[in-house]
Amino acid sequence: MAKGRIEINEANCKGCTLCMIACPQHVIQMATDRVNVKGYYPAMLVDPEGKCTGCAICAVACPDVCITVYRQVSVRQSQTAAASAG
Amino acid sequence: MTISAVEEKVVYQRPESLSDVPTHYCPGCTHGIAHRLVAEVLDELGVRERTIGIAPVGCSVFAYKYFNVDSAVAAHGRAPAMATGIKRVLPDRVVFTYQGDGDLAAIGLAEIVHAATRGENITTIFINNAIYGMTGGQMAPTTLPGQHTTSSPGGRDIEITGFPVRMAELLAGLTGTAYVARRSLHNVKEINRAKKAIRTAFETQLAGLGFAMVELLSSCPTNWHLSPPEALQWIEDYMVPYYPLGDYKVIEPVQDLMKR
Amino acid sequence: MAVELMKGNVALAEAAICAGVQAYFGYPITPQTELLEHMAKRMPELGRAFVQAESEVAAINMVYGAACAGVRAMTSSSSPGISLMQEGFSYIAASEVPCVVVDVMRGGPGLGNIQPSQSDYFQLTRSAGHGDYHAIALAPASVQEAIDLMGLAFDLADKYRHLVFVVADGLIGQMMEPAELPPMQPITRRHDDWALTGADGRAPHVITSLQLNAPDLEALNQRLQAKLRIIHDTEQRSTEMLTDDAQLVVVGFGTAGRIAQTAVQQARREGMKVGLFRPITLWPFPEKRLSALADQVSAFLVVEMNTGQMIEDVRLAAGGQVPVTFYGRTGGVVPVPEEIYDAIRDLYRKLQSRPARE
Repeated sequence: MAKGRIEINEANCKGCTLCMIACPQHVIQMATDRVNVKGYYPAMLVDPEGKCTGCAICAVACPDVCITVYRQVSVRQSQTAAASAG
Repeated sequence: MTISAVEEKVVYQRPESLSDVPTHYCPGCTHGIAHRLVAEVLDELGVRERTIGIAPVGCSVFAYKYFNVDSAVAAHGRAPAMATGIKRVLPDRVVFTYQGDGDLAAIGLAEIVHAATRGENITTIFINNAIYGMTGGQMAPTTLPGQHTTSSPGGRDIEITGFPVRMAELLAGLTGTAYVARRSLHNVKEINRAKKAIRTAFETQLAGLGFAMVELLSSCPTNWHLSPPEALQWIEDYMVPYYPLGDYKVIEPVQDLMKR
Repeated sequence: MAVELMKGNVALAEAAICAGVQAYFGYPITPQTELLEHMAKRMPELGRAFVQAESEVAAINMVYGAACAGVRAMTSSSSPGISLMQEGFSYIAASEVPCVVVDVMRGGPGLGNIQPSQSDYFQLTRSAGHGDYHAIALAPASVQEAIDLMGLAFDLADKYRHLVFVVADGLIGQMMEPAELPPMQPITRRHDDWALTGADGRAPHVITSLQLNAPDLEALNQRLQAKLRIIHDTEQRSTEMLTDDAQLVVVGFGTAGRIAQTAVQQARREGMKVGLFRPITLWPFPEKRLSALADQVSAFLVVEMNTGQMIEDVRLAAGGQVPVTFYGRTGGVVPVPEEIYDAIRDLYRKLQSRPARE
């Protein structure tokens, strides 16, 4: 599965396309079938091959702070702690 | 024995110092990025609750809606004077001004020069987009030679208007300035460098070292009549050569801050 | 405190310090520069804020900033500098931030000269900045009164969250008289409900004068007007002398009122029933008392060091009931009592030769 994923706040997106251009994995596209409440075509994650790495470059490029970025992160746990937690 | 598990973590979200309010800025306007960087720095430094911001007259007159801090709106160009008044009576607060190129480099030139030369312990974020945005695209002191604006319709004519002013260089020449840097917001790499400079500028204030300013080359897609990506390219192609990026003044104690 | 010989400008400064002023920002301009210089020495001594700003424009905006932080803040200037500050006055009044401004008036218009005048009356009572509002304006006529009104100015500013002028002229600023300062007030934190001090454990405070939505701006204006109506109804102040049986009342403020007082006393010695009415608040103008006097007198003689500004307020208060005439000097010329006496005598004689009022 994808290492990362993003959630885009479509209502706040102004369709500026800067995230789409910045994304190194090219997994962001602008919607063509809908506009948001302000009349912009919002950006959306299109990642069928699970290429998003959660690098957050899109979020850095976004002037409207529309993007929340998630990433799968390895977490080391000791077995005794896991056992006592269980 | 250790087990590796995988969890989904949030690696980027809205900083607390940036209010959850949709902005009025145009699509692709880098004000939004500048605001966000300042907010991230205020969060990282843990100073949101003792910060007072002063908005200018310009597109960012509404900055007070977006920064989740005590705020005032100054008269055009006078933010550094207001900031001086506040900082002198509340020296332990973090006081910053956020100004555009009309506000800072035209009508407010006396106020910024004197705040800087007095070494006022404030931080100024200077948005240079080579035009007057809010009033519909007139020539600014930072408008480039030949650049078309509504008050230089044939392109800025140096014979009539003289040359653009380079504020970072001008203020760096004053003894009271502790840190003056110019960065750009035209791509992610530069945005990340800009954030570091903004952080240094606020750390300069926290360390009581004097006046700090970061000039940020910014876009105005609407008044440049360019799409957002084209506008960022215009910064790289035309503004950066005229307004070189760099650190123009870094007094020694600030150098030490930067090393940490 | 003890009575001592004090220069007006210095007395104004020291009175402000006694009233707990925490920040002074100013710019040199004759004839008030001694106020700035006294602050330059005393404020740092007391650990309070002082900056000589780069201009009057900067100074008033520094005051605006400090006042936003909830402290007592002030500046002082003279006529041309007050003109520069007008934008600041408007912002301060619109955002309902308290502050005190001293205007030591000089000859104008333009660069004018450095001698005393009263030609900023309109500027201070009508147009201290663009927009619909009036600042409170207090006009002392002596060094002691300047000290007393300085304290009142700060109290009114804080009480109403409003801009207050203390209106002196170059004569009051420069002269030396025996006077007594009030006790030193402690510095107190004020206005925690709106001041900009850092959003620590509360929602952010915003101080702005921008209101793009027209109905909202109208509502703001109506709130300001409601406040001004209260001030108008409750804060009028004046003083008078020998008015009980006066047929002619001389009206003058500040130095003009004081010089006229000598002329009025001379007129009384000559047997003329003349009195003096001296407004202390120029805004709100003491129209209640003046219109009551209009019921009694045959005429008002307005004496000013300008070409006729307060006279308009006297005419409004008199309501057309009695003639209102004018004697004035301007351009920095200060009238002597004798010339005012001559004007009183000439007018009084004219009144005597008229048929009596019904």
